[in-house]
Amino acid sequence: MRSSKDEASRRPSTKLGARRLRAYQLLLAVALLAFWQVATSPTLLPPIYFDDPNKAAFFFGEPLKAAIRIWHWFASGTIYRHLWVTLIETLLAFVIGTVSGVVVGIWLALAPTASAVFDPYIKAANAMPRVILAPVFFVWFGLGIASKVALGVTLVFFIVFFNVYQGVREVSPVVLASARMLGASPRQLLRFVYLPSAMSWVFASLHNSVGLAFVGAVVGEYLGSSEGVGYLIQQAEGVFDINTVVAGIVVLTAFALALDGIVSLVERRLMVWQPRSGDTERL
Amino acid sequence: MTPALALERITCTFAAREDRSKRYTAVKDTTLVVAPGEFVSVVGPTGCGKSTLLNVAAGLLWPSAGSVAVKGEPLAGINRHAGYLFQTDALMPWRNALDNVVAGLEFRGMPREQAREKGEQWLRRVGLAGFGDRYPHQLSGGMRKRVALAQTLILGPQILLMDEPFSALDIQTRQLMENELLELWSADRKSVIFITHDLEEAIALSDRVVVLSAGPETHPIGEFAIDLPRPRDVSEIRLTPHFIELHGEIWHRMKSEVLKGYAQQQR
Repeated sequence: MRSSKDEASRRPSTKLGARRLRAYQLLLAVALLAFWQVATSPTLLPPIYFDDPNKAAFFFGEPLKAAIRIWHWFASGTIYRHLWVTLIETLLAFVIGTVSGVVVGIWLALAPTASAVFDPYIKAANAMPRVILAPVFFVWFGLGIASKVALGVTLVFFIVFFNVYQGVREVSPVVLASARMLGASPRQLLRFVYLPSAMSWVFASLHNSVGLAFVGAVVGEYLGSSEGVGYLIQQAEGVFDINTVVAGIVVLTAFALALDGIVSLVERRLMVWQPRSGDTERL
Repeated sequence: MTPALALERITCTFAAREDRSKRYTAVKDTTLVVAPGEFVSVVGPTGCGKSTLLNVAAGLLWPSAGSVAVKGEPLAGINRHAGYLFQTDALMPWRNALDNVVAGLEFRGMPREQAREKGEQWLRRVGLAGFGDRYPHQLSGGMRKRVALAQTLILGPQILLMDEPFSALDIQTRQLMENELLELWSADRKSVIFITHDLEEAIALSDRVVVLSAGPETHPIGEFAIDLPRPRDVSEIRLTPHFIELHGEIWHRMKSEVLKGYAQQQR
């Protein structure tokens, strides 16, 4: 389950140099965008499929107009408030989900009876498509930030919980015995052995849990809110403004990539003790 | 003189995991007494319950019958006077070498600065000065053993329990480590129980060698005093006539048990 390998090592090796690879990637993007623009523009080509030249643009949007929309968002600064709300929701969902996942995970891993009692319920709760809880959370927490955070928490919690549970269960018995021989009290075992061991599994699932916190925030906004990028998309969709929807999707994707990049940085800093693949640093 | 460690008539019976009614007696009616400052090796065929015996001495495992006394006091819970060197890696992988070495001091609540200073000292003593910031995965097998040794000895245990600590090392590293162990041991003469399946290692290191029978129901079948002069060099002492004589004598007693143990593993 550990996915902390470097991106580069996972990519199949090619004969291309890094530069040419980048060039090809860029070319692909340009070609796709150009095709999109040409095929949807009401003026550039005669209509191929639709009877009205404006219909293609209506259904698929036009990349240029979407780009202009993004430009306006950032130039006028209206987007920042929405990004900020989405970010806050994501972070809150991530932190609350992770902390509760760690606490419950450690508790159940160390209490076999409780674990056995809760087992079917945890399985059921995990199997349930939890996005469907959104309406319930709207009723409980209103249309503000809290309901989106709650939705994100239900998504993040289980990822972290299962990882921590596994992590605590798989603490090496030798390391445990050794710590006990060195004089660790039960509380010290928890703090100095179980917790660090569990945290390594939390970090292994960091990409997943941050991603799901983000999904919870955006889906929550989309289903009912007055702020956030998900709200922007939902509003545009209400008036069939596909260009703005596309612009919103692009902003969300960039935002998600940025979050993922930050997670990778944090991971690299905190997981120095774990050997990386192909790491031959030995003395 | 009160023995440092006395295992009296220890029996350890385990219930089989699959079938609770089936029982397996690993150790039966075993008595092992270690005097203060004595280096005792316990040899026996693989899978004969040597580690079980050591876990009883450490207080990690409760015997089904028999008693354990440490310096005359009956043992309850973990043996606080003992340090344990495990066969497999027991370092905490998320701590670097220095933090691993000082872990025991930290558990005892020693201030961080003082602990680190002592830790650096011990890293130097085991020949790892300057390696404090390395994580276990960045160290070789021999270096990890040294860290583990420092981690145990820094607490100044009066009894050292060693469970085939060097069995995973290559032969050269192993002899180096054995010599270093003897040097560290001679500095303050702890009582040592050293478990091994390697008779040569046992003779080269110890004052006394105890031979165990093949399992199940392992019990001692022979005791041999090793009167080789100290200080010893483990790689040289193996070539002396008296060593070879002792080796022959003990091996004669062990051989049939080793064959028995081997036959059991084949089944």
